[in-house]
Amino acid sequence: MFVINCPYCGERDQSEFSCGGEAHIVRPKQPTELSDDEWAEYLFMRKNIKGVQFERWNHAHGCRKWFNMVRDTSNDKIHAVYKMGEKPPVL
Amino acid sequence: MTKYRISKTRFVDQTKTISFTFDGKTYHGFEGDTLASALLSNGIHLVGRSFKYHRPRGIISCGSEEPNAICQINDNTDLTEPNVRATEIELYDGLRASSQNCWPSLSFDIGGINNFISPFIPAGFYYKTFMWPKGFWKKIYEPLIRMSAGLGKSPTQPDPDIYDHKHEHCDVLVIGGGISGIISAKLAAKNNLKTILIEDKNILGGSTIYQNNKNFIIDNQKSNEWLINEISELEKLDNLTIKTRTSLAAFHGYNYLLAKENISDHLPLDKKRGIIRQRLWKIRADKVIVAAGAIERPLVFHNNDRPGIILANSVKKYLDFYGVSTGLNNIIFTNNDSAYETAVSLFEKGISVKIVDIRKKSSSSIVKNAQELGIDIYWHSTVVNTFGYKKIKSIEIMNLSEDGSNVTGNKNKIHCDCLAISGGWTPMVHMHTQSGGKLDFRDIDQVFVPSEKGENHINVGSCNGDFELEEIVKNTINKVKKFLNINEDGFDKISVLCSKELEKKNIWLLPNTIAEGKTKSFIDFQNDSTAKDIKLALREGFKSIEHVKRYTTTGMATDQGKLSNMHALGIIADTAGVKMGTLGTTTFRPPFTPLTFGSIVGRSVGKFFDVVRKTSIHEWHIQNNAKFENVGQWKRPWYYPINNENFHEAVQRESKAARDSAGILDASTLGKIDIQGSDASEFLNRVYTNAWSKLGIGKCRYGLMLNEDGMVYDDGVTTRLGENHYLMTTTTGGAANVLYKLEDYLQTEWPELDVYLTSVTDHYSTASICGPNSKKILKKLFPNKDFSDEAFPHMSYQDAIIDKIECRIMRISFTGELSYEINIESRYGKSLWESCIEAGEEYKITPYGTEAMHLLRAEKGFIIVGQDTDGTMTPIDLQMDWIVSKKKYDFIGKRSLYRSDTIREDRKQLVGLVTDNPNEILEEGAQIVSELDKKPVEMIGHVTSSYFSPNLNKSIALAVVKGGKKMKGQKLFVPMENKNINVTVSDFIFLDKENKRIHA
Ligand SMILES: [Zn+2]
Repeated sequence: MFVINCPYCGERDQSEFSCGGEAHIVRPKQPTELSDDEWAEYLFMRKNIKGVQFERWNHAHGCRKWFNMVRDTSNDKIHAVYKMGEKPPVL
Repeated sequence: MTKYRISKTRFVDQTKTISFTFDGKTYHGFEGDTLASALLSNGIHLVGRSFKYHRPRGIISCGSEEPNAICQINDNTDLTEPNVRATEIELYDGLRASSQNCWPSLSFDIGGINNFISPFIPAGFYYKTFMWPKGFWKKIYEPLIRMSAGLGKSPTQPDPDIYDHKHEHCDVLVIGGGISGIISAKLAAKNNLKTILIEDKNILGGSTIYQNNKNFIIDNQKSNEWLINEISELEKLDNLTIKTRTSLAAFHGYNYLLAKENISDHLPLDKKRGIIRQRLWKIRADKVIVAAGAIERPLVFHNNDRPGIILANSVKKYLDFYGVSTGLNNIIFTNNDSAYETAVSLFEKGISVKIVDIRKKSSSSIVKNAQELGIDIYWHSTVVNTFGYKKIKSIEIMNLSEDGSNVTGNKNKIHCDCLAISGGWTPMVHMHTQSGGKLDFRDIDQVFVPSEKGENHINVGSCNGDFELEEIVKNTINKVKKFLNINEDGFDKISVLCSKELEKKNIWLLPNTIAEGKTKSFIDFQNDSTAKDIKLALREGFKSIEHVKRYTTTGMATDQGKLSNMHALGIIADTAGVKMGTLGTTTFRPPFTPLTFGSIVGRSVGKFFDVVRKTSIHEWHIQNNAKFENVGQWKRPWYYPINNENFHEAVQRESKAARDSAGILDASTLGKIDIQGSDASEFLNRVYTNAWSKLGIGKCRYGLMLNEDGMVYDDGVTTRLGENHYLMTTTTGGAANVLYKLEDYLQTEWPELDVYLTSVTDHYSTASICGPNSKKILKKLFPNKDFSDEAFPHMSYQDAIIDKIECRIMRISFTGELSYEINIESRYGKSLWESCIEAGEEYKITPYGTEAMHLLRAEKGFIIVGQDTDGTMTPIDLQMDWIVSKKKYDFIGKRSLYRSDTIREDRKQLVGLVTDNPNEILEEGAQIVSELDKKPVEMIGHVTSSYFSPNLNKSIALAVVKGGKKMKGQKLFVPMENKNINVTVSDFIFLDKENKRIHA
């Protein structure tokens, strides 16, 4: 049960948030141009890292805003929180 | 006073007698007793039977580690509770306790026969034996095992107690109210930090509070007297909250902790009712100081489980804290100095005591103290056997060989009525590891100690591996000062004198003359696993501690191996010839001690179990005898029986009325999302499969929403209210998820779109009127409105006013009938509904529920997302190709519609089914096959919706069948338990394929 520093609301309990999986997977602009394999890569393939992972989170029971978060999945340490559209921090 | 209550103490009020029963017999104890101390004061040791062999077992400890004294309390009442440790129950008037796991009675136990056949019940016995013959498990083995091995009885009545949850924030949380916890709390609170101290016992002080031995001196006072002063000072501090009877259940990451407070468990029965029983504290602490203490280890030797064999420090606590002697003729069997404190206490109270020590000597002051008193000590010796069935009567001891691996010389038999054992101490590192902390193994005294890496918590006192009073006090002060950044401590001149242990020795499994396979050296008392079982598991190839644990069930009982884990590890290490530190430990999982379900659930019971959502028309439904169906959190009218109608009769009547004249449905629960912004049309283009740009203002359109994988996700009608304004409806159950998904795309993929989403589900109530007479009813309700097909065509909307209130009328249909939906602000929902009923009276307007609604739409072949789809259906599978735009460049899920998997022709596809016997109704979910004789039977699909249609007077069904699109007219079978139903694949639109009724 970690504490997340929502970029819009501040520190809130984890129970207010939901995780949306790996971050920085951009929806292809021209899906119809993609082969089955390329589309499957976008659609299905996700990393599940033991260690530092870039994730999407949503303040579902709060401001409903999506943002990105850098979390170490092995100890839940949060290294950074940043808004959608911002560049991921270099760690 | 009873024979065993040998002295008065400040902790037990011997002027206040309490009566209680144990196994039906009445006994007396005093205020301040636990059930265990009261039983012992009456000379009762035998309190239960062991799990597998049903051996007689007695109280072995005085705390939460107790594996034997497990009781059922207040049996046959609504307050009954199984698996309660007698060592933790504070005695109260009227308490009724009974032993568990013994049938028919404690002293005559039929399962005890297992004890004599125990050579045939080795580790893994259950896995090995009860495998065959197969049919025996259900009828013979399982009932037998359950009857003889039960761990108490579950309550059969609803729990009458009230439980509570509370959130708390603090600067410093101190876990444990022993000497190190008290010092820590004082340091924190005196330095202006909001501090909470929790202690699971009813008073603070841990084991120092009854330490009156002259070898332990703080600031020239006996350590217990010094501590009593400290506690009274502590109670004056403003910044400090002390919570006794509060035990830590879990220590999660980010210093989030759960603690359970017992509020009324110790009160007499008549005072328990009506007040909160337990409260679960959810604490977020800036910093945590763990001062959880240590648990004494038993020793592992042959027959080490008889009643009367008790941990040495527990003997001391019963004596010095409760004034109860566990025996009058005691022997102490130890490998360390701490048990000598027990010996000195016993001797000073005039009680006979002898000591057996596996070490060759010890030169500490406490041992010298015992020697000066003239207590007999058998050095370098071990107990090899014990005697006495229901209570220990005597022991046999032998000398140890030089290296301790064997025994030598003659057996020496000594009589006793209590054997106090001590195998050293195990730091309670559970909290530390639960929070993610790691452990180091310390070879010198063979303990796991916390390796401090955490930034926001520390361990102090004996849970940190500090066992001697001086290091406990001084290390605690230093560590806490550093941790909390404190300079001023008030303890700078503290002086501590204590006995120091110099000679250390440990043997995990003590040697014996008897062959190992024939000994019963218990490791886990509750699950009856022995050293022999561990060795067998190793011989059979188990290597990992986690595997050995599961195979032998060591450490898997309700005490979670508090007394047994270290010995299991030690014996594995010795047998396998590896260093103990390299084995690692088993994982300590929360809760530290079992939690009641009540405390976990808190107030979320009964009507607070879940949110119940009701429409504004709910009261009317109740008054009109509606039976309700749960749809998500919503209560929806299911059907409205009249007189003695059953479900089927009511649904048939409602469905027929809706097509013959008029029906009315409360459609308020459908999800409604208000969409505004200059890019609203473009947004809808991207989220629905069909095109939206050309939808005129005032028009409605049905939309199908996919997931990116091409599977149908939701559907509903969306209305264009204005240039940049739409109202989307979703399925009742899908509303929240659809909004979540749309927000996700909007915020993360298409932030450039100017679109705003607002959930308005609860803002509007909806009455849906359908049937050939619906237009006439609408005319009555809105006399000034032109309802001609030209002025108000199908799939359009108009604003209107009823009783001066604005509303919206949509001409849309989910039944295939001419149909209007009226949306009005929720607070006017009921009055609108009543107006509709009144206006419809002359046409016998019939309220219909969700079941009739489902039936009507199935006649028309409309799908229900979630009933006819299951997340694996594309629009093409549903034969809804017409709604998938070929022109649009992209929409959510488009690319997935021509993946190699989604274009397979043998995918399950939506079809209609008619039964050869028109009165036979298929079961929803029933499997469909094409060949009855083929083995194995090949399932080619299943029934998704099935009804008897009163309008067609035959049974109809929707189904998904592999390659179903091309199977029209084909005969298939639906095999049921005792018959095969013949069906024919048909069109899934059963009624009015030409859409005449919608325009009637
Ligand atoms: Zn927020």
